[in-house]
Amino acid sequence: MVTLNVNGKDHALDIPDDMPILWAVRDVIGLTGTKFGCGKALCGACTVHLDGNPIRSCVTPVSAAAGKKITTIEAIGDTPEGRKVQQAWLALEVVQCGYCQSGQVMAASALLKSTPNPTDQDIDQAMAGNICRCGTYPRIRAAIKQAANVKAA
Amino acid sequence: MMTRLETELPALPETGLARREFLIATAGVGGGLVLGFLLPRVMGPQAKHGAETSTFRTESRPFVPNAFIRVDPDGLVTLTVHKVEMGQGTFTSIPMLVAEEMDIDLAKVKLEQAPADDKKYADPILGSQVTGGSTSIRGAWKPLREAGAMARILLLTAASKQWNVPLEECTTSGGMISHGKSGKTVSYGEVAGAAALLPIPQKVQLKDPQHYRLIGTPAKRLDTPSKVNGQAKFGIDAQVPNMKIATVAASPILGGKLTSVDDSKARSIKGVVQVVKLEDAVAVVADHMWAAKQGLAALDIKWDGGRNASLDIKDIVGQLQEASNNQGRAAPGVVARSVGDFRKTFEQSKHRFEATYQVPFLSQAGLEPMNCTVHVQPDRCDIWVGTQVPTLAQAGAMTLTKLPAEKIFIHNHYIGGGFGRRLDVDFINQAVAIAKQLPYPVKVVWTREEDMQHGIYRPYYYDKLSAALDDQGKPIAWSHRVTGSSVMSRWVPQMVENGLDPDAVEGARDPLYARDNLLVEYIRQEPPGIVTGWWRGVGVTHNMFMIESFIDELAHLAKQDPLAYRLSQIDHVPRAKAVLQLAADKAGWGGALPQNQGRGLSVQFAFGSYVAQVAEVEVGKDDIRVKRVVCAVDCGTVVNPDTVVAQMEGGIIFGISGALYDQITVKQGRVEQSNFDNYRVLRMNEAPVIEVHLIRNNEAPGGVGEPGTAAVAPAIANAVFAATGKRIRTLPLVPSLMQT
Ligand code: FES
Ligand code: FES
Repeated sequence: MVTLNVNGKDHALDIPDDMPILWAVRDVIGLTGTKFGCGKALCGACTVHLDGNPIRSCVTPVSAAAGKKITTIEAIGDTPEGRKVQQAWLALEVVQCGYCQSGQVMAASALLKSTPNPTDQDIDQAMAGNICRCGTYPRIRAAIKQAANVKAA
Repeated sequence: MMTRLETELPALPETGLARREFLIATAGVGGGLVLGFLLPRVMGPQAKHGAETSTFRTESRPFVPNAFIRVDPDGLVTLTVHKVEMGQGTFTSIPMLVAEEMDIDLAKVKLEQAPADDKKYADPILGSQVTGGSTSIRGAWKPLREAGAMARILLLTAASKQWNVPLEECTTSGGMISHGKSGKTVSYGEVAGAAALLPIPQKVQLKDPQHYRLIGTPAKRLDTPSKVNGQAKFGIDAQVPNMKIATVAASPILGGKLTSVDDSKARSIKGVVQVVKLEDAVAVVADHMWAAKQGLAALDIKWDGGRNASLDIKDIVGQLQEASNNQGRAAPGVVARSVGDFRKTFEQSKHRFEATYQVPFLSQAGLEPMNCTVHVQPDRCDIWVGTQVPTLAQAGAMTLTKLPAEKIFIHNHYIGGGFGRRLDVDFINQAVAIAKQLPYPVKVVWTREEDMQHGIYRPYYYDKLSAALDDQGKPIAWSHRVTGSSVMSRWVPQMVENGLDPDAVEGARDPLYARDNLLVEYIRQEPPGIVTGWWRGVGVTHNMFMIESFIDELAHLAKQDPLAYRLSQIDHVPRAKAVLQLAADKAGWGGALPQNQGRGLSVQFAFGSYVAQVAEVEVGKDDIRVKRVVCAVDCGTVVNPDTVVAQMEGGIIFGISGALYDQITVKQGRVEQSNFDNYRVLRMNEAPVIEVHLIRNNEAPGGVGEPGTAAVAPAIANAVFAATGKRIRTLPLVPSLMQT
């Protein structure tokens, strides 16, 4: 038995220790907002927060989350950074197909939490791991800057 | 009252139907108005060559409306459309056309997706139920506005009759009808029932573009909020009670078959439920993807590689080269277009130039891997999937399950990046074949590796271009011989006439240059083992790389500036000239750049749109960095300018990955690339600054999803030449440059 705290709720799950958080969240708990893109920490689609830090859930076993808090896209809007990011994303029409955007929003929220006024380099560094095949990068960059300029709601 | 342009409703030639039968009005359930209309079916390659509607399909059948506007008594307007959202914003642009003509708010139009029924929901240009080839807005442009205008006039007429006042004195705004003189108002909903009983007028007047309220304004996309909070459901997110999860391995050798599988180890893994064998693949069914993946890894599988077991990319390229050179062939390729006399002019000319260009096989690599959820029961089959072709999915399931069409239910979902891949149903058929062997629903999810190695790839093309030049170095005769696989022969064979694949030569058969003596040929050469398909920008993507690289080479030969050289030859296409000049001006063409940097350009007419781009690159020791792309677009009437800009940005970034890095290669019968580490796609830190400039006019709208991709590769290759003096004729550029 593994206990996972996801979005503030404890889940006691009968799953192996080495199971990546991604599959526990999607296939066992049933929260499908977190996406599968590569399975090898190459695309960022599966980004969730572990105690506020962005991690690639496709390669992070549930054992690493013992005693920690997982936040997924479904609950990131409850954090000040998450909400600002989501609002900026909508205001600038960042989204195209949308598949990568859960991961992008999670990565951007984490960036703004650690670096409230990121430079272009900060953005490059924090976001380079998140692929968008639809090419929304220019708007992601602009939306992060816009979100950074908004006072915490 | 605002002026309206009168438009005759289109006639359907040779069916004998009166034009008023293009629209029917009936009473809706509960007393509303239902307006059924027909999106004309247009078939044939001309439809993809810029003409908005050229040839109607001459098919005699009873009038069955294929799209519907419903006005309920409570005033809600529902539009039934037949598209799948793929990120191109059509979900917002299409209702905008109806809302515009009806004089209602965009938010008042509710969208419903049509179920899979080819007869009713055919795309007017592509002819079957598909979303692809930048046709969404182009095909919907006229009929949707006409239907919206018709709905409005019926409602208006109903109100004027009710009040017994002249029609001309009534106006519409925000879903209300008013009579100024008497101050009376009534909502659309209140007269919807009466409107349904009126005869359809013979003519309908469309708004004058200068009175557009919505078309041309940056409307917010309607699907976005659910895509930033995790609520949007893509195919991979389907959840069905009692569903299991499976992952598959098809024969690693292309075209190979399954010989045997030992699943004893896999079955002992906790969570693994079952192992399913297909002729060419094995699936492990489990409680969750993790167990399925582990189970798959634990299988001991024996494959029969078959005849592709030693296939190498070099063999495939060799075959293309041989076919292009016509060795061993009695006749040259199929002539796609012949104007004047290319051969004679070429042979008699003092100055000639020839070059061959190559573009590789490509994977679409949409971020959502192939997946499909299926439940096969004795009396029905349910499929949860994101597809661009629900009718093909349905047809495949009918064959596999032997169930009739009305027992196959396609539950369509958002697509995590189609880029042409979801115009094929191989993965859906495979999932149905697996589900047929199981008593419960199953979600089949491919790993990224499976997705990349068992793809349906953009063909490898090997093209030869030849030109005869006058004394000033301008081309006076031009030939383009395209050699490669025919996607259409597999996908829509009815559109391949006399061996000519219109997609393979799209963009090649009407170059902007040297049109007096033109010869365009197509040689079909199918690669062994590889299935070819659609990729963003389709045939145009490859042909524009060839043409715009070639013309750049000719400019250099003529010792002329590439911009001036092009401009001097395209007087006959003022819209092309205008975008080229605009892009060059905005990019600061001719301005100095540091060492190892260069600018390159391209101009094209494709998908009904004119696009020019200037790329600025910096060439390093082992990489090429695209720093800036300036893009000028004339896509006629702009329905939603923000969508146009977004599509250009996205198309350019997609095209840069292809231009610089991407290729699918084969060694010993296996695809060598497997994931985003060895199939590199552009990332945030590598994305250039992109500037998009629109030229606005009232011409028919052109496509915007694909042209951006097609235009960028030649602009980059030309910029690399400007920076280094090295002409790269084989994509992708980075590996080719490293070899020089
Ligand atoms: S799925 Fe985890 S990084 Fe791609
Ligand atoms: S929006 Fe489609 S992958 Fe990013």
